[in-house]
Amino acid sequence: MFSKSSDPENTSAYKVRIGIYMILLYALVYFGFIGINISNPLLMERIIFSGLNLAVVYGIGLIIFALILALTYNSMCSKKEAELNNTFSKKGGK
Amino acid sequence: MSLLPIFIFVIFVGMVLWLSFYFAKQTKTSKGYFAAHGEIHWAVNGMAFSGDYLSAASFLGICGMIATVGYDGFLYSIGYLAGWMVALFVVAEPMKRLGKYTFADILDSKFGSKAIRLTAGISTLIISIFYLIPQMVGAGALVTPLFGLPHYVGVIMVGSIVITIVATAGMTSTTYVQFLKGSLLIIFSTVLCIFLFIRGLNTEPDQGGRVSFYKYATIQAQLQEDEIVPVDTSYLKKGEVTNQGLTFLKLSKDGVQSWWLKDIDSKGDIILKETQSEVRSSNGEFFINGRLASKDNQLRQVGNLEKIGGKSGEQAKTGSITPFKFLSYFTDKNTVVKRWKSILFKDGEDKVTVYYSIETPGNKILRPGLQFKVEGSLSEKLDFISLMLALFFGTAALPHILIRYFTVKTPADARKSTMVAIASIGFFYVLTLFMGLGAMSSGVLNLTSSNMSAPLLAKSFGVFLFSVISAIAFATVLGTVSGLLIAAAGAVAHDLIGSFRIISMTDKQQVITGKITAFSVGIIAIILGILFKGMNVSFLVGLAFAIAASANLPAIMMVLFWKKTTVKGIVASIIVGIFTSLGMILLSPSMYASYGLNPDTAPIPFSNPGIISIPLSFLTIVVVSLLTQKRDKVLTKIT
Repeated sequence: MFSKSSDPENTSAYKVRIGIYMILLYALVYFGFIGINISNPLLMERIIFSGLNLAVVYGIGLIIFALILALTYNSMCSKKEAELNNTFSKKGGK
Repeated sequence: MSLLPIFIFVIFVGMVLWLSFYFAKQTKTSKGYFAAHGEIHWAVNGMAFSGDYLSAASFLGICGMIATVGYDGFLYSIGYLAGWMVALFVVAEPMKRLGKYTFADILDSKFGSKAIRLTAGISTLIISIFYLIPQMVGAGALVTPLFGLPHYVGVIMVGSIVITIVATAGMTSTTYVQFLKGSLLIIFSTVLCIFLFIRGLNTEPDQGGRVSFYKYATIQAQLQEDEIVPVDTSYLKKGEVTNQGLTFLKLSKDGVQSWWLKDIDSKGDIILKETQSEVRSSNGEFFINGRLASKDNQLRQVGNLEKIGGKSGEQAKTGSITPFKFLSYFTDKNTVVKRWKSILFKDGEDKVTVYYSIETPGNKILRPGLQFKVEGSLSEKLDFISLMLALFFGTAALPHILIRYFTVKTPADARKSTMVAIASIGFFYVLTLFMGLGAMSSGVLNLTSSNMSAPLLAKSFGVFLFSVISAIAFATVLGTVSGLLIAAAGAVAHDLIGSFRIISMTDKQQVITGKITAFSVGIIAIILGILFKGMNVSFLVGLAFAIAASANLPAIMMVLFWKKTTVKGIVASIIVGIFTSLGMILLSPSMYASYGLNPDTAPIPFSNPGIISIPLSFLTIVVVSLLTQKRDKVLTKIT
């Protein structure tokens, strides 16, 4: 379990940094979707695979991509917190 | 009327009220009332987030919109979920770290400013009320088919129950109600989709044999002395109206008058297509499809596929299909969907509403364009961008979502609960596409309101599923309204009165003030819910998102990421965000239509204000902060 004392200050800079990278990445893909819709809407009708068109694949893809990013972010943050928690236990905990 | 829906409904409401009274015993302090003592497990909180977020707008509104305008409704699902990425990556942990009861805590964490608390509190109240309206409208829509009661009764029922919940136990009970409701909503929506895939698609849906498929007639017509008349002389022409480029003929047969839409067939011949109609005569009589309206004579449910992959009739029956195959039929240009539109005109002294069908090829259903004119004018494109911007930035600024971050123990728990929310909400939003398209093709749509599409789809599988889904939908409204009332209560008790020191309050007095506020806002919501009857709930929620994204998010983001942000910058940004978004909404074409005015005369050309109000709010905070650097630094030092 992560200790409250080591949580905020030591890891927050790291979490903010990767949070910003990830939100920029997601925003890029999200606004790409909007861009295609207004610049070349007919492209959205094009069948991509299994009878599904770009609109469906991109739309559901955005939802799945959000989940993948969320899991990755949580995993990276948890790993970092665990590392710092171990360091904290070794140094201050004894 | 079957007793089963009432029985299941009473069980659900009883369970919700029991939870409230049970947790009421444990809620004595303001931390307990506003933040559930900060001891909710992250997984429970994550599902409660889903419960909060999957409101009437998501379940009733999005499914209804997909059922009527296809992919354009699904855009809301995409945008609503995208907003959670801002919540996870930017807001979740700082919110828990810096806040206590309301979102004003995070804005005010560096300043200790009364002005910030005042404006943030007002902003929370406005957004909560805007978000409450669609929930109440959804509650009214549910009650009519469930119990046969008028819309306003549903609104009053929800209002009364929710006020009881919030006035007893606050955030703890709301959290468990949301947890339960969010979980049940996802489980039963999955069940509904599985039933849909097992049943498959056909061109003559009969709701599993419960409602026989109605085949609309098409008759030949001809020109006689420059006048269109039916070839079949058993129809007598009684009138003709041309409105918005469409020509309707009033015909009489066997003493029943009906309205027919003039069209041209593939051979170039004139045809007349049967419609549905509502006629209010000057002497107060109300006719539906030419006969006096009664319990047995209502508008027929609609929505079907004319062709599935180019086939119709028996040949078109798909049998059980996979989710991929299901979607692929709606992207196929050889699939034809019969959609319905309405038009209002006067025929002498009579007010006539005609519902007429149009045929749309599959390749136009599952791509944007039926509602948002992405191929249209610049202002129409801007309207689309504006909506997507508001949905992206709005989630992380919604007061009832933000306060849920205070109910967990640590910032890490806040992050993990957001992740659970993204997984469950994302899964549900994929289901909305299937439920919406299922309603579009199953002959279950109500012509006067799209909001009941998902529950009516459930009804096509039997009364039990309909009853459970409707009860969950009702609980959805209860839970979301509870969360909104607590957010509003916190804003008044903690921000406006508590911190502004209008009067000095004890912890117990803060709780009592919160409960009084919840009661008052609940009453306002009941009144507005009755007034806004008939509007699509997802559209209304989209407007609440626009206000939240404009008023709150720029301030939150700049406080977190820009060291030069000042008190005056924050206050100015919130005020500009509220006034521009609210002003643009009130002057938009959609609102003009709801006032009964011509939408084309609206001074603002698009309905979603985000594209103007969000950047303007960001710009305001930057400019005002830069202009007030020195003065605010001095103020900060003094305080």
